[in-house]
Amino acid sequence: MALEPVAQSYPTRWKRPPVLLTHPLWRKIILLGGLVYLVLAIQTVEVDWQRVYLGLERGWRFVQGFLVPDFTSRWNDIYAGLMESLTMTVTSTVAGILISVPIGIGAARNLAPAPVYLACRGIITVSRSFQEVIIAILLVAMFGFGPFAGFLTLAFATIGFLSKLLAEEIEDCDRSQIEAIRATGASWWQVVNYAVQPQVMPRLVGLSLYRLDINFRESAVIGIVGAGGIGATLNTAIDRYEYDSAGAVLIIIIAIVLVVEYSSSYIRRWVQ
Amino acid sequence: MNTQVPGAQSSWQFRTPKQTLLRWVGWFWLVVLTVFCWQVMNENTIWAFVSDAPDQAADIGHRMFPPAWSYINNLWEPLWDTINIATLGTLLGILIAVPVAFLAATNTTPSTRFVRPLALLIIVASRSINSLIWALLLVAIIGPGLLAGIVAIGLRSIGFIAKLLYEAIEEIDDKQVEAVRATGASGAQVIDYAVVPQILPAFWGISVFRWDINIRESTILGLVGAGGLGIQLNASLSTLAWNQVAMIFIVILGTVVISEWVSAKVREAVL
Repeated sequence: MALEPVAQSYPTRWKRPPVLLTHPLWRKIILLGGLVYLVLAIQTVEVDWQRVYLGLERGWRFVQGFLVPDFTSRWNDIYAGLMESLTMTVTSTVAGILISVPIGIGAARNLAPAPVYLACRGIITVSRSFQEVIIAILLVAMFGFGPFAGFLTLAFATIGFLSKLLAEEIEDCDRSQIEAIRATGASWWQVVNYAVQPQVMPRLVGLSLYRLDINFRESAVIGIVGAGGIGATLNTAIDRYEYDSAGAVLIIIIAIVLVVEYSSSYIRRWVQ
Repeated sequence: MNTQVPGAQSSWQFRTPKQTLLRWVGWFWLVVLTVFCWQVMNENTIWAFVSDAPDQAADIGHRMFPPAWSYINNLWEPLWDTINIATLGTLLGILIAVPVAFLAATNTTPSTRFVRPLALLIIVASRSINSLIWALLLVAIIGPGLLAGIVAIGLRSIGFIAKLLYEAIEEIDDKQVEAVRATGASGAQVIDYAVVPQILPAFWGISVFRWDINIRESTILGLVGAGGLGIQLNASLSTLAWNQVAMIFIVILGTVVISEWVSAKVREAVL
């Protein structure tokens, strides 16, 4: 370090330099733009305070319903919805995995020829670009109300998620292992089976369990648009202003999500 | 080359027989479970509707095409509302999530026995309930409109942002904290000068990522009455105006693609 010329007076205060947006002019422009947007955006929110005030009483009843949930009076509905949700989750996850494994292999650049690669990537993009609820609306219109439409929705959404992550995992594989198996004269199938599969299997199991968790959460939502499951029960309970039953449904959803999350993280640790 | 090891198998096996057996049992039960679930799930399925689906799909496809292009003039305002719901909701989520994250991280929490479990409970409750369900509740409580959507998005975002943020806080470099503390800094100053600069890039990345997800989610919140494009979608669906539905889908797709691009660019710049 070269010696600096001695300053005449040292600054007594230190100001932290900005980390992001170091250019002072851009900093001001972006801050000002953000502020203008915020003012405009808040103005579009029309709040009927009287309605909110009236609603507070309902909100309080909901909090009470959540604290003292009523599992018994609507238990048959809750049970039916829960069974639909759980069975839908399992079947759609299994079907989704079965379809997404070949698509995932096809979408890996190091295993698939270019036309297959492009076709599989296309399928993944289509599946990922629409939300579950929108797909559910379309499938309910085509297949009628009930868990079958929900099953198709979740399976379709699983394909986009799982194939994409599986393809990325295959592309990140250790090349030397593939080379080694190929050097023994193995066919394409044998390369997939002996070089790629052992490398990606732990990750595939982990991703599948994670998707199981997501599918259960989503199964609670797509019921609102008619695709069966616990969401339909919840929707009915709220429409009937039965907040204690709604509270019970929410508590069951949270509990199952917790159980699935903890057991899946346990299994993932055990597999990896 | 052909030296025979005593007791070795004649052909190489990937797994021991016991492992193979266990695997087969595992797969068998998985298949049984799936078949059982399939049976229970489809007890009430009306297969006539299912076999009829290709015709229905063709019919809907026929009605969707061509999309009602001129309908876009009715969509600008809901689109603006949708973006506002997502942005203001994300801001609300950040405001609550940041303190929750600091209370949940083991190295900044005031008490690991009482405060941390509470913060983790908030995170779990917020994460396990989808924003559409939050919206359903809030529309019933505070009435339909943008506010319900904003609060729903905000409540759902708390768990996501707080979880990722507290994991980032737990991974910070302790030496910097020690160094700042050694200068005699107070607790707030330690957080301001040692913790915050380390998590700032992660914070911006998480926030923009959540904003991107929120844009996606806010497009459909209107289905339950919480404002935005979903309200138009619901109206068009209930009048079976499929060509308008197609136009709304195009607008949603465009918005999602643009927001994803923006979020990818910002994250690239920040991280």
